[in-house]
Amino acid sequence: MTERFDVVLVGAGHNGLIAAAELANAGRRVLVLEAGAQVGGACITREFADGFTVSPAAHLLYQLQPRAAKLLSPAPSYAARGLDTLVLGEDARIVRYGGTTVTGVSEADRLAYSSYAKRMRRFSRLLWRWLNRVPPRLGAGRRRDTRRLLRMALELRVLGKSEMREFLRLIGANIYDDVGENFSSELLKGGLCLDAVLGTHSGPRSPNTIMTALYRLGGAAGAYAVPAGGMGIIANGLAMTARTAGVEIRTDSPVTAILVDNGRVTGVETADGTRIASYTVVSSADPKQTVFSLVGARHFETGFVRRLEKLRSGGNAAKLHLALDRLPDAHGLDAEQLGQRLLIAPGHDAVERAFNPAKYGQYSSAPVMEISIPSIHDETLAPDGQHVLSAVAQYAPYALDGGWNAEQKRRFFEICLDTLEAHLPGVRARIIEGELLTPVDLEEEFRMTGGHWHHAELALDQFLFTRPVPGAAQYRAPLDGLYFCGAGSHPGGGVSGAPGLNAARAVLQREGDQ
Amino acid sequence: MKVYDALVLGAGHNGLTTAAFLARAGLKVLCLEKNDYIGGAAVSRNLYKDWIYSNCSYVCSLLRPEIYRALELHRHGLQITPYGGSVTFMQNGDYFGSYHDPAVAYREMARHSRRDADAYARYSSDTQRQCRLIRDFLLTTPPDPTSLKPRDLLGLKSIGERLVEHDEMQIYDTLRFWTSSVADYLNEYFETDVIKAALSGSGIIGTALGVHSPGTAYVLLHHYMGDVDGNVGAWGFARGGMGAVSNALAGAFRAAGGEIRTEAGIAQITVKKGKARGVVLESGEEIDARIVVSAMDVKRTFLDCLQASDLPETFLERVRHFKTRGSSGKLNIALDGLPEFPALPKGSPLYHADMHFIDSMQRMERAYDDWKDGTWSKDPYVDMVIPTLTDPTMAPPGKHFMSCFVQYCPHQLEGRDWTNPERQAFAQTVIDQIADYSPNFKDLILDVEIRTPADIEAQIGITEGNIFHGELTLDQLLFNRPLPGFAQYRAPIAGLYLCGSSTHPGGGVMAAPGANAAREVLLDLKRPNTVPEGFGDD
Repeated sequence: MTERFDVVLVGAGHNGLIAAAELANAGRRVLVLEAGAQVGGACITREFADGFTVSPAAHLLYQLQPRAAKLLSPAPSYAARGLDTLVLGEDARIVRYGGTTVTGVSEADRLAYSSYAKRMRRFSRLLWRWLNRVPPRLGAGRRRDTRRLLRMALELRVLGKSEMREFLRLIGANIYDDVGENFSSELLKGGLCLDAVLGTHSGPRSPNTIMTALYRLGGAAGAYAVPAGGMGIIANGLAMTARTAGVEIRTDSPVTAILVDNGRVTGVETADGTRIASYTVVSSADPKQTVFSLVGARHFETGFVRRLEKLRSGGNAAKLHLALDRLPDAHGLDAEQLGQRLLIAPGHDAVERAFNPAKYGQYSSAPVMEISIPSIHDETLAPDGQHVLSAVAQYAPYALDGGWNAEQKRRFFEICLDTLEAHLPGVRARIIEGELLTPVDLEEEFRMTGGHWHHAELALDQFLFTRPVPGAAQYRAPLDGLYFCGAGSHPGGGVSGAPGLNAARAVLQREGDQ
Repeated sequence: MKVYDALVLGAGHNGLTTAAFLARAGLKVLCLEKNDYIGGAAVSRNLYKDWIYSNCSYVCSLLRPEIYRALELHRHGLQITPYGGSVTFMQNGDYFGSYHDPAVAYREMARHSRRDADAYARYSSDTQRQCRLIRDFLLTTPPDPTSLKPRDLLGLKSIGERLVEHDEMQIYDTLRFWTSSVADYLNEYFETDVIKAALSGSGIIGTALGVHSPGTAYVLLHHYMGDVDGNVGAWGFARGGMGAVSNALAGAFRAAGGEIRTEAGIAQITVKKGKARGVVLESGEEIDARIVVSAMDVKRTFLDCLQASDLPETFLERVRHFKTRGSSGKLNIALDGLPEFPALPKGSPLYHADMHFIDSMQRMERAYDDWKDGTWSKDPYVDMVIPTLTDPTMAPPGKHFMSCFVQYCPHQLEGRDWTNPERQAFAQTVIDQIADYSPNFKDLILDVEIRTPADIEAQIGITEGNIFHGELTLDQLLFNRPLPGFAQYRAPIAGLYLCGSSTHPGGGVMAAPGANAAREVLLDLKRPNTVPEGFGDD
């Protein structure tokens, strides 16, 4: 006798868990199937060296949407919240910013930053209103879409005339020129540029990097937090909520196929050959994997398949994990300072130069980095007095010319360590053990095509109405009963929960339509 | 003292277009030009012996047919002759040619990749759809999306309606087209490096962006949306050089009673009681007028020719930040004979074509990296033509004129001015690249005119030598061009208008900005409209 569920969710990443919880709360009988041994997907915590634990993919929490946070009950405890960002200069200079204040820069920059940050915050709030909804379809002739579009236009209009103009100008513009117009401090410009391009295949000069900057500011006041126990705690909390709501979660159960009969989804098959029946399958796996590996391209029309094949999904960010026997001396920076979010981004030109090699399938010779030392806030992550350093290093393209191998990996690892040493002197001598995850490693460990933390490149042409590809932006694949709910769908990656929340709504709405 | 109804500042093709339409509405118009010749960047110049150089713009396609017909430019001597296709030379000694004849074009493409040859039909029809869409909006004033005036709301509605004439997928494709890089756009269709290189050039010409920069797919349109005699996407030569365009426009203007004064550079636009009242020339002479229309770029107009106190500071701030980076250089070369290109078959029609010497998008992107580093591309994208094969009037019999457009070439080198040896080195880079494919080329060179963006700025007056009077990026297009809130050709000073390429729809010898500005002026002056409506292609 085959088991039957109202909804089967593929993958227990944070988006899958959120969608599952929402659907169960709406009375559906939901099963979540996870390939790995633990839930969380790219939002997990694991050991990487004896006694040293790290959040190996997402390592800071800053985008979680209030609706998703509400699902976490009890609320997770944070080892630290409201972290500032410190941009490290090679010469012991630092620029520190957070909220609407910045230090370490000229008076003119300080004033400019305050209004700059407020403006970005305002624009981000507007953008995220749109990102927290299912995008309307365009030209489909449905009243509902027209209503949604007019609502967007109205929300834009209430910004006021001059702010609306500024928004419409900036949304397609690049961050390089914008910070160049506003600031003179190289480190501040570098930091803001890196914020905009982290996790993307673009340099600060690429148009539409203002959009990616606004995207990053999506969380509660854009504040960075370190959850006590690592990012995995968030996923565990979501799993608990889902189970409480009646969701069944099975780990170590990789879905090997999404079953299709007569042009509609009928269930899934797992690695051990078990078939589970369901007329609704929601996949939090990336769209390419879902369509090409789980369903099979033959069930889709060619136009859709072609668009999906061309979906840009090669990651550019590597993850670096270091076990340290103690904190580095680092120009005398104290633990309070080292505990903030640290950036290596010497200037806006330097970030652009770091990007150049990625265009040709090479890694940066002077990478830019986002660094967190979470053990300063959370002693459970490392043995007594010792520390864990976690860094995103860019750019390290998935499609490296000649492919990633042990030698290439060792070389990029060394480059990263040199760069770290130059900005945090003394760190090299403190290293007990290290680990580098290239996009290829990230692809393997987290089962996301291209090792891209957004599942698909975040750029204006793969955004809103056209994410992941035209015709699937409302979470519904062009196959009856199949839905996407992962980072590859609207609005994109990061631990925001927005794709999961919106997808659940799209599933329920679709049922209402029928 | 004579009082004019309107002064037009700058006798480039847009200035002359505005002037002609205003004169035809019965206004007394004076067009002022700083140089001792008219035409701005659409000129034919006799700089070396009996050679005529189109020394800035060099080919013609974008000139709106509505304007051509309304101003009867053929009666004023303008004749456009189409030329043949394009060719890209490859490092392996082969070449990739494109031809007007679809069957020949298919065969040639299939020689490199059958798949690409098959994909071309889809590419072409998709791109043509984008062309048709934009062509409808070239001769319209962009609506202000923040305005609740009936005119703007209707304008927005008409754009919306025009969009939803397409099916849902086509609308998404349009959105993606406007935001994609030309590389990503081409990657959706093609697999062969040389084919993609050949097609992507149009996405970066005149633009301080690389083939991988989002927004460059749109720039492609600026080189595809034109036509020669209704043949959309075709390019031609103006007989006698690009000056023929300006001369024909000037002819139409004079025939309508207009006056042109050369060697009349503008020192300042006079503002009295918040209204533009005329100009003061560099000579000190004052000329009064009811209105002033500037064909100069937005920076020159507002930063150089007006007092800061006449304008709101926030406006000036935005003008200063308007992106006008120069990214293109040019060589004009007089040749003693026709250079040989051994890669081409003898007598190939491709000798008449646009020639390119860079065979992958990767090389093109690297050319952009050089520009970002503040120097000229060491392996540049060159768009080279020999107009005298099509129009022999431009050089003595048996001799030739060669025009080399070069992408990328910065306005300054690492933030300082060019020196003469550096200009020579820049020219040598281009000449060496061409000589790699043409062994006798160097021996034929009689004269080389070198034009860096700094030279273009000095001679034509375009800020930073940006050939489009401002980059064609999303933040500077449509209702954002030149500045949000000022896209309707009116300056924040009453009686002052803009009609140059800084305004919608941007650069290229299109004359659409000039025509649109004239329509707005006539509307304000309550005069009959002499500017034609755009006509659809379908």
